[in-house]
Amino acid sequence: MSKLEKVTEAVIAGEVEQVADLTQEAVDAGEEPSKIIKEGLIAGMDIVGTRFKANEMFVPEVLIAAKTMHAGMEVVKPLLTEGESSSTGTVLIGTVEGDLHDIGKNLVIMMLEGAGFEVIDVGIDVPAKEFIEAIKEHKPDILGLSALLTTTMPAMEEAVAAVEEAGLKDQVKIMVGGAPVSKEFAEEIGADGYAPDGSTAADLAKEFIA
Amino acid sequence: MIIIGELINTSRDEVEPAVKERDKDFIQKLAKKQEEAGADFIDVNCGTLIKEEIEAMEWLVKTVQEVVEVPLCIDSPDPAALRRGLEIHEGKALVNSITAEEERYQETLPLIKEYDASIVALAMDDGGMPQDAEDRIRVATQLIEDLSADGVPKEDIYVDPIIQPIGTDEKMGIQILNSIDEITTKYPEVHITCGLSNISHGLPARSLLNQTFVLLAMSRGMDSAIMDPLDERIMALITAAETILGNDQYCANYIKAAKSGILDV
Repeated sequence: MSKLEKVTEAVIAGEVEQVADLTQEAVDAGEEPSKIIKEGLIAGMDIVGTRFKANEMFVPEVLIAAKTMHAGMEVVKPLLTEGESSSTGTVLIGTVEGDLHDIGKNLVIMMLEGAGFEVIDVGIDVPAKEFIEAIKEHKPDILGLSALLTTTMPAMEEAVAAVEEAGLKDQVKIMVGGAPVSKEFAEEIGADGYAPDGSTAADLAKEFIA
Repeated sequence: MIIIGELINTSRDEVEPAVKERDKDFIQKLAKKQEEAGADFIDVNCGTLIKEEIEAMEWLVKTVQEVVEVPLCIDSPDPAALRRGLEIHEGKALVNSITAEEERYQETLPLIKEYDASIVALAMDDGGMPQDAEDRIRVATQLIEDLSADGVPKEDIYVDPIIQPIGTDEKMGIQILNSIDEITTKYPEVHITCGLSNISHGLPARSLLNQTFVLLAMSRGMDSAIMDPLDERIMALITAAETILGNDQYCANYIKAAKSGILDV
């Protein structure tokens, strides 16, 4: 097994303790840091995502795998040269105004980070205005909106409308999710995509970036 | 144990089209089956039909009450949909739900009083979802005290401590069990209910976790659950647990259940 494959295997198996050493071994063997990230750490999370979708891996296993990937990242990130980025892209994410749910959003964040995205979490009960300010400040590639209540779905619509009004619609792709949200609703309010769960959200985000 | 049958919910794939198309036969059969299986309330939720929810709620309440004797649990976060359901409901309904969020509390309270309904009180407030046992106990206490002060009898309150998955937090189960214990010790007249299956979200072999959780929670004082009454195995376990917990005089209910064959699962 190559050094990179060992890193990948450690991520899949959730070996938080070993991953730093294995990553360091890959560095010492002269592998490019960006290659270690892409073909070692993120490659592991890709497999985790696939297995999760196939019901072969479960939420706690994904959590520990993501934690393992982060531990490996800690080793290689400082070695990246200027201009080189460890992240696939940036996602700004939050639960819309009036809605206090966060578990679904946090699962989506976990899968996005696993796919190599940098995620800015603006929290729960976020008014449209604050989403706009945060987009201007962080310039994300993607905006993720979560709503878990039928009564707060209109706030999701408002947030999408606010992005359009602020003239930011061309700068960010908007994806939405949450138990009562559907593909039809996403289309109706003018979002760019809908994801029913975390791993689909990660796939969708990758499509947006591609 | 007070069973709230959860199957009439438009977030379930086969129910949404049935409600949209006003398929009376489908809904009535689903209601009747749950009643026959032992549901004490039939929950009706059509929240996914945004903009049509109010009319759909009216139709659901009317349609279900034509065929069942048990009261309904009118389920929506929208006070306008709750009102329409309550207006035409006959008997004492259960409303699902109120929270300690200021606005939702103020909008929902008058409905409970006007229609003399029982109420599911979710242990969350403007600060968000509860994180631990302490949050659950604090918010539940506030809700029980406020509802009582506003004239709602304690026997009409069903506290839902909010079940979150153990898959994302392995201490969640024990946190919830401890909060159930404390709330029922402090307020013996208050009911405790919950959306049972949330506990196992994201894990394999979910039904075993759901079954085990309901038994542990019952032993701590939970006396209601929002669940699938057509799950014969969990219903049999609940019957046996009631007997063991001393809620079955002369074990009569257990014996009757055994003779009828419903425990052979």
